[in-house]
Amino acid sequence: MFQQRPPVATQRPAAQGSAAWRRFWQRYRRNKFAVLGAVIVLLFVMVGLFAPWLAPYSYTEQELTNTQAAPSLAHPFGTDRLGRDQFSRLIWGARTALIVAPATVIVGLTLGLVLGSAAGFFGGWVDQLVMRVSDVLFAFPGLLFAILLAATVQPRIEGWLSQYEALKPFVRSGYAEFFVVIFALSMVGWPGLARLIRGQILALREQPFVEAAHAIGVPPWRILLRHLLPNALTPVIVSVSMGLGGAILAESTLSFFGIGIQPPTASWGAMIFANFSFWRQPSALWLVWAPGLVVGSLVFAFNFIGDGLNEALGR
Amino acid sequence: MLVYLIRRLLWMPILLLIIALLTFAIGLYGPGDPIQQRLGTRSNPEAVARLRAELGLDRPFLMQYGEYVGKAVRGDFGESITLFPGKPIRELLAGRLWVSLQINLVALLLGAFFGIPIGIVAALFRNTPLDYFLMFGIVLAISFPTFVLLPILMWLFIEQIPLLGVGWGGLLSSKAILPISVLSLGPLAVYARQTRANLAEVLEQDFIRTARGKGLSETTVLLRHALRNAMIPLITIFGLMLGGLVSGSFITETLLGIPGIGRLGVDAFYARDYPIIMALTLLIAVGYAVANLLVDLLYAYADPRIRVQ
Repeated sequence: MFQQRPPVATQRPAAQGSAAWRRFWQRYRRNKFAVLGAVIVLLFVMVGLFAPWLAPYSYTEQELTNTQAAPSLAHPFGTDRLGRDQFSRLIWGARTALIVAPATVIVGLTLGLVLGSAAGFFGGWVDQLVMRVSDVLFAFPGLLFAILLAATVQPRIEGWLSQYEALKPFVRSGYAEFFVVIFALSMVGWPGLARLIRGQILALREQPFVEAAHAIGVPPWRILLRHLLPNALTPVIVSVSMGLGGAILAESTLSFFGIGIQPPTASWGAMIFANFSFWRQPSALWLVWAPGLVVGSLVFAFNFIGDGLNEALGR
Repeated sequence: MLVYLIRRLLWMPILLLIIALLTFAIGLYGPGDPIQQRLGTRSNPEAVARLRAELGLDRPFLMQYGEYVGKAVRGDFGESITLFPGKPIRELLAGRLWVSLQINLVALLLGAFFGIPIGIVAALFRNTPLDYFLMFGIVLAISFPTFVLLPILMWLFIEQIPLLGVGWGGLLSSKAILPISVLSLGPLAVYARQTRANLAEVLEQDFIRTARGKGLSETTVLLRHALRNAMIPLITIFGLMLGGLVSGSFITETLLGIPGIGRLGVDAFYARDYPIIMALTLLIAVGYAVANLLVDLLYAYADPRIRVQ
C-alpha cells in the first residue's frame, strides 16, 4: 500500500516499575490540556458508573403533561419530546458510551494486535492475506460498511440470541444491540491498527537488539511478545486513546441512520438525532445542544489525552 | 518500481470485485425486502413473484452478481427499486455527483488553504501560547461533529440572522457557504495538525542545522529545506481525502437539503433501495482505490528515497 514512513519507535527496552510510571506522569503532566482531558474522562467514567444513583429520574420515566419543558430546578436540562428528564438521560447515556467505546476499541485492538503483528512478524502469505483484507475494508467506505453490517447483522444476532429462553430478557432489555454496534464499529476500526502495528514490527525487526535475541536463541514467540510488541506500543496507545473518541462519534453517527442503540436506552447520538430535524424550534435546539456538547467535550478530552500520551511516551 | 506498479494495477480490479461481491451479498441478504417496500406488505403474492422475476431477483446469487458486475463496468448500475421506481441509477447519480464533488472539493481545498499555514505558524511558534491557542481551537473544531455544529449554525444563520439558507443554488450562491465551511473543518484540522507535526520534526533534523550554519536566511531554510520535506506526507492525506470526497457529506447534505450523493445515500438507505446503495459504495471504493494508486505514484515522484526501493 502507500508508503507511509513508519513512526520511529523507542529503541530502549520498555522500562519497568514505578520509576517509569513516575517519569511518565511527570512528562504527561506538562501538557495541561492532556491533564484536563484526563479529568473530563474520569468524570464521565464516574458518572457512568454511578448513573443509577446520580440520575434524579429513570431514563424511561415520562411526564406527559410536561413535554419539551425549558430548563428548571426540577429538570436542569429540561424535558424531551416525550417528557423525559433530559439530565437523567444524559447521565444514563454516559453508561452507554462507556460500554460501547471501550468494547469497540478492545475488540478492534485485539484483532489489530494479533493480525498486525502476525503480518509483520511472519511476512509472506500471512502478511499478504492480512494486508489484502485490510485493503478491502479500507476501500469500503467505513461508515457505509458499519451501517450495512449493523443493518444486516442486527436482526440475525437478535434472532439467534432469542432462541435461548434464558437470553430473552437480555435481548428485550436492549443490550443485544450493543453487540451489533460494537461488532460493526470494530470491524471498521481494526485495519488501521493492524497496519500501524505491522509497520512498527517491520521497523523493529531489523534492530540490533532483535538480532541479538535471535542469536542467543530466544524463541520467536518470545521475541515477538517480549521484544517487539512492548516497543511497538507507543503509537498504538496514542491511537487507542483517539479511537475511544472516534468510537463515541461513530456510535452517534449510526444513530443517525436509525440503527444501533435503540430507544428507550439512552444514547447521546440517538438523543441528538431525535431532535435534530426540529432545528428551527428553540426548545429542540436545547435538546440537541446538551448531548452534542457532552459528546464533543468527551471526544475533545480523548484527543488531548492522545496528544499528552504521545508526548509523554515519545522520545 | 515497475513491478510494484504492475502488481498494484492488477490488484485494483480484484479489490473492486471483492467489494462489489460484499456489497452485493449484504444487499441481497440485508433486511427489508425492496419488493415488499415497493408493493406494500399486503400485496398479492403473485404480483410480488412477478416483479421479482421481472427484476431478475429470483435467479441464483452468482448469476445476479455476474450480470451486475458486467453491467457496472459499463456504467450501468441498474434501476432504482423503491426511491425512484424504475429510474436508471446512472441518471440519478450524474447530477448529484457533480453537486457533491463541487462542495467537497472546495471544502477540501479551503481546508488545505487555511490548515497548512496554521500548522506552519504553530510549528514555528512551538510550545508558545500562540501554538497552544491554535491547537486548542483545532482540536475543539474536530471534536464537535457536524451533526452538533450544523443545527447550531443553522439556527444562528438561518433562523436568527437570516443570512444563509437551506437547499442548493449552485456553488456561488450564499446557500453554499454553510455546507462548505462545515465540511472544510475536518480537512483543515487534519492539515494543521499534520503540518505542525511534520514541520516540527523536520526542523529538528541535521540538514536544517547545516542549512542555517551555511548562512542561509531563515526564509530560505523554511521554504526550501523544511517545508518541502514536511509536505511529502501531506500528499497521502490529500489523496486519501480526495478519494473519500463524496463519503464525507451524508449528514451535511441531508440536513441542509442539498441534492447530492450523500443525501441520495441516506434516502436510499431509509428506503432500502439497495441498487442505489451498492452503486454509491462502488463509486466511493473506486474513488478510494484510484486515489490510493495516485498517491503512491506521486509519493515516489516526490520522495526519491522511495523511488530507489
